[in-house]
Amino acid sequence: MSKLVSSLKEAIIAAGLKDHMTISFHHHLRNGDYVLNMVLAKAAEMGIRDLNVNASSLFDVHEPVIGHIKNQVVTGLEVNYMGQKVGRAISEGILEKPVIFRSHGGRAGDMENGSAKVDIAFIAAPCADNMGNMSGKYGPSACGSLGYAFSDAMYADKVVVITDYLVPYPLQDCSIPEGYVDYVVCVDKIGDASRIVSGTTRITRDPVGLRIAWLASQVVKHSGYLKDGFSFQTGAGGASLAVAKYVEEMMEKEKITGSFCMGGITGYLVSMMEKGYFETILDVQCFDLSAVASIRENKRHREISASRYASPAAKSSAVDSLDVVILGATQADTDFHVNVHTDSNGNIMGGSGGHSDTAQGAKLSIVAAPLIRARLPLIADKVLCRSTPGETIDVIVTQRGIAVNPRNQELRETLVRAGLPVKDIQELKKIAEDMAGVPKEVACKGRTVAKVLYRDGTLLDTIQAKS
Amino acid sequence: MEIRKNAAAGTLESSDIFICVEPYDQLSVQIQSVVQEQYMEAIHHTVFQVLEEFGVKSGKIRVNDRGALDCVIRARMETAIRRGGSR
Repeated sequence: MSKLVSSLKEAIIAAGLKDHMTISFHHHLRNGDYVLNMVLAKAAEMGIRDLNVNASSLFDVHEPVIGHIKNQVVTGLEVNYMGQKVGRAISEGILEKPVIFRSHGGRAGDMENGSAKVDIAFIAAPCADNMGNMSGKYGPSACGSLGYAFSDAMYADKVVVITDYLVPYPLQDCSIPEGYVDYVVCVDKIGDASRIVSGTTRITRDPVGLRIAWLASQVVKHSGYLKDGFSFQTGAGGASLAVAKYVEEMMEKEKITGSFCMGGITGYLVSMMEKGYFETILDVQCFDLSAVASIRENKRHREISASRYASPAAKSSAVDSLDVVILGATQADTDFHVNVHTDSNGNIMGGSGGHSDTAQGAKLSIVAAPLIRARLPLIADKVLCRSTPGETIDVIVTQRGIAVNPRNQELRETLVRAGLPVKDIQELKKIAEDMAGVPKEVACKGRTVAKVLYRDGTLLDTIQAKS
Repeated sequence: MEIRKNAAAGTLESSDIFICVEPYDQLSVQIQSVVQEQYMEAIHHTVFQVLEEFGVKSGKIRVNDRGALDCVIRARMETAIRRGGSR
């Protein structure tokens, strides 16, 4: 018996793809992914229509989705994140049915509890054998962790593995085992390696970013969580990595050994583990080449599924054991609600990812962002989209001061005693508006183009078209 | 001041503004901005205020704003006018 089929078309036929089905994809190949476009193009060519696409994320490389929506090949989208190009088209109203946005944990949870049903999962696998044992750690398109693909493999009715690096059975170090897989197809290339992971992720040199990062690290220091066993998540962008650097300096000085770091993993976090500042890395997604090398070679660098990472349907997940998370925001409001779905004009350009998962799970959730970006104040009276509820955000750190959620008076007093520039959130808002002027309110008066589900599946907010 | 030659000031970096001035027989001002939904009135007001302060009554003024603060708009406007104009 072999599950190997000779072409993508054959795999699609064998898996029984028909009109109105839901198909799923993971986004570990990020902006280098060829697989989602390849499958949709083939489905379109075969005359299949009315597909519901559940993709853990859509990047700019997935722009052809717009054409498939216009041709009615795709009539539904469910994502955790959506890049600017597809996001703009959705905001313009090209898709009749509202997009369903989930968080990374919420997607896994909804697959587990059956509310997000998938007919066929098409899983891009950087390495696989003929029975479908697969891994992201090897091959020319290696992406490291396959964290988001586990739920797809476990809960879809049919599973098609698409690889460009077929190895003899058995693939020794497999992430997702053959028991879930129906068909395997080998194609020329599943992705553009240079766009899958970045070469290096560097720490910002922007003085504003460094100031924000330093203040955020001071919040971590005085919060009381920075002690042996400390667990930590930070992003890859902007100031986030600089927070890691300052935290590392404090851990070195105080001789602290943390338990784990998590999230999108970069070389910087790998080096912190290697230097002994963290016992282990729990990796749902690799962001750069050194993270990919590390997950392949270092036993302390563990791959975890999106469910293990953050599923609210699981009996527990790693976010529940997280001490501190550093988060970004495109917008926040005076109730501490955070928007990571739209830009300040209300156009879709992002999504939760693990934002709302970690904010709820972590003991201390810190939003670190510049008070003003291109004249636009960070803090509004009301965010254009509520991506993460304010009651799960503890602190907002900007270069001009730190606002502490009034729900956390004790922390506020601690930070004041430590001499940090704690300000009321209304005061921060006013500082920005004194510099930039009060922005005219942006109106999004059109029909609902997206629904944002909270990690437990309840409706958090809707996103309206511009007009 | 009168705009007598083509001149420019600023950049297209985020939070900056790029301004071009050139001689023209009447006053023509074109403004585009990444924050036009929020701040078009304020930008318009500042641009015309600086033109008035320098007594610029003619010229083609093209403004491409990338989210500059008011003080930056003023500084870039003044620089472009001084570079392109004479008394």
